[in-house]
Amino acid sequence: MANLLETIYTLWLREILRFVKSKARVVGSGGQPLIWLAIIGVGFGSAFTFSAGGGPSYITFMAPGIIGMTILFSSLFAGVNVIWEKQFGFLKEILVAPIPRVGIVLGKIAGSATVSLITALVILIVVVFAGIIPLSALSVFGVSVAVLFMIIISSIFVALGLIIASTINNIDGFNVVINFLVLPVFFLSGALFPLDNVPLWMRILAAIDPLFYAVDGMRGALIGLHTYPLYLDFAAVFAICVLFVAIADVAFRRMQSK
Amino acid sequence: MMPRQRNGEELEDSKGALSISVKNLVKRFGSLTAVDGISFSVKEGEIFGLLGPNGAGKTTTISILATITNLTSGSARIYDKDVARDKDEARKLIGIVFQDPSLDDELTGRENLDFHARLYGIKGKEKRDAIDKVLRLVELDDKANRQVKTYSGGMKRRLEIARGFIHNPKVLFLDEPTIGLDPQTRRKIWDYIVALNRKERITILLTTHYMEEADAICDRIAIIDHGRIIKMDTAERLKDSLGGDMISIGSGDPKALAALIKRRRLPGSLKERDGTLEITTKNGSQAIPKIIEMAKDAGIGVDSVTLNRPTLEDVFINLTGKAIREEGASDADKLKSFRVRR
Repeated sequence: MANLLETIYTLWLREILRFVKSKARVVGSGGQPLIWLAIIGVGFGSAFTFSAGGGPSYITFMAPGIIGMTILFSSLFAGVNVIWEKQFGFLKEILVAPIPRVGIVLGKIAGSATVSLITALVILIVVVFAGIIPLSALSVFGVSVAVLFMIIISSIFVALGLIIASTINNIDGFNVVINFLVLPVFFLSGALFPLDNVPLWMRILAAIDPLFYAVDGMRGALIGLHTYPLYLDFAAVFAICVLFVAIADVAFRRMQSK
Repeated sequence: MMPRQRNGEELEDSKGALSISVKNLVKRFGSLTAVDGISFSVKEGEIFGLLGPNGAGKTTTISILATITNLTSGSARIYDKDVARDKDEARKLIGIVFQDPSLDDELTGRENLDFHARLYGIKGKEKRDAIDKVLRLVELDDKANRQVKTYSGGMKRRLEIARGFIHNPKVLFLDEPTIGLDPQTRRKIWDYIVALNRKERITILLTTHYMEEADAICDRIAIIDHGRIIKMDTAERLKDSLGGDMISIGSGDPKALAALIKRRRLPGSLKERDGTLEITTKNGSQAIPKIIEMAKDAGIGVDSVTLNRPTLEDVFINLTGKAIREEGASDADKLKSFRVRR
């Protein structure tokens, strides 16, 4: 057990060191969502009158969704590192070490999920400072619940990235698969528009989108607007998280035992 | 480079634990048999070389011994730990330097070593001391806090070697540790490796394309081709198996000289070609003064003497019918030959 925690910590530490060193990554992963928020939020907000729940403005409605997007993008692309590591050998350095195999997957998920979480928190702070989500609307409980959702969906999408990376050997192939996944996952999450009035087929697709529950949960926790009760959103993302982490572990073991 | 003076008999006589024992090892990838039933053992403290062309099965053998590739059949042990069954126990005993670089370029040299030490459960002061020690040994202590991406190829290699033994492994695997490096750097790296072997008594299993280096470094060598060991012995005996050294003597009367040598029953075989007498014998350098003395006493003139010692390259060509160099050409070399052909 001590060995397992040590392994997870060591792999986690490496991801954090890498993140801190690559300034481009810090700016890039935080900058893109803010551009979305500024352009789409202001643009759409001024193009039509937004009436969800009668309460918030469009940009406020969208802010939790953009936090979800930040996590989606930065987490999935963590899989790219695994492909680099496979191609350029660093993975072998990890595989020959006398460490529990499950620690490799858990450590990678912990590291990359933390990086996603940090980026998402930066976006949250910017959003609050800009007055998009008013400070008065926040409670300690609400923010804690939102952070919990952030941690869980970060882990989900890092795990998904690892699953894909363990079956694909080149960066181009990985990018094709990820780009194919990202847009539907994002648009069906309810990040940009409420899914209350969309046709049934779209609601069915949204029901299998983990980001949908996370965005709904975070929106409920941060601005009090939600489709499902919090505990239901939480149960959904938690179950998906456990499933994906387990699959990632199996996929990683399969990849090793050639 | 420090030439190694130990000879084979001495090693065979010394009773020590077996660091590596491999029996009938087979590895198949689909229909391809990469390793085809090889057996060998390496004694504690020995430097053992696997020589062979690309695709001969050297890297696969090392990967199996390092527990990152599963074997198809046969067995392989590091001391008493089976690499297929007691993976984690075997892992604790080994260090490895892979053929392709496996450092994290974004991290500093010290951070790479720190990561490694943590994975092997080394902590606190012990960890800092171990890192400082290996950094000094490979002379990277002043560059330890620079990101690895600023390192030269030779520095990266040295850092990897340092990393490979930071956790005090009993066996170190080195897969082409000097490939693609300039001669001075290669020499330095071999110096570190020999020093490690001597000071820490680490058993070393290595592969290399550089035959002279294998010759100078390895206690024993296995020549491997198509997944099989075709010959295994000390470098000296491998070279002797070709019949020994060749002495070419230019003489005014080679026939008389040949008759004289035959009468005196000097060991070796004689061949006369264009006024030159070619003598193939063991220990050529000791035979030369004897021959010259004999010739002088008999009044036969000697114009020139050349001594050619067979190299491992010659042994390799003799056994496999091909030169190792051609097969081991780097990409740059291949590109060059491609340009020439056009």
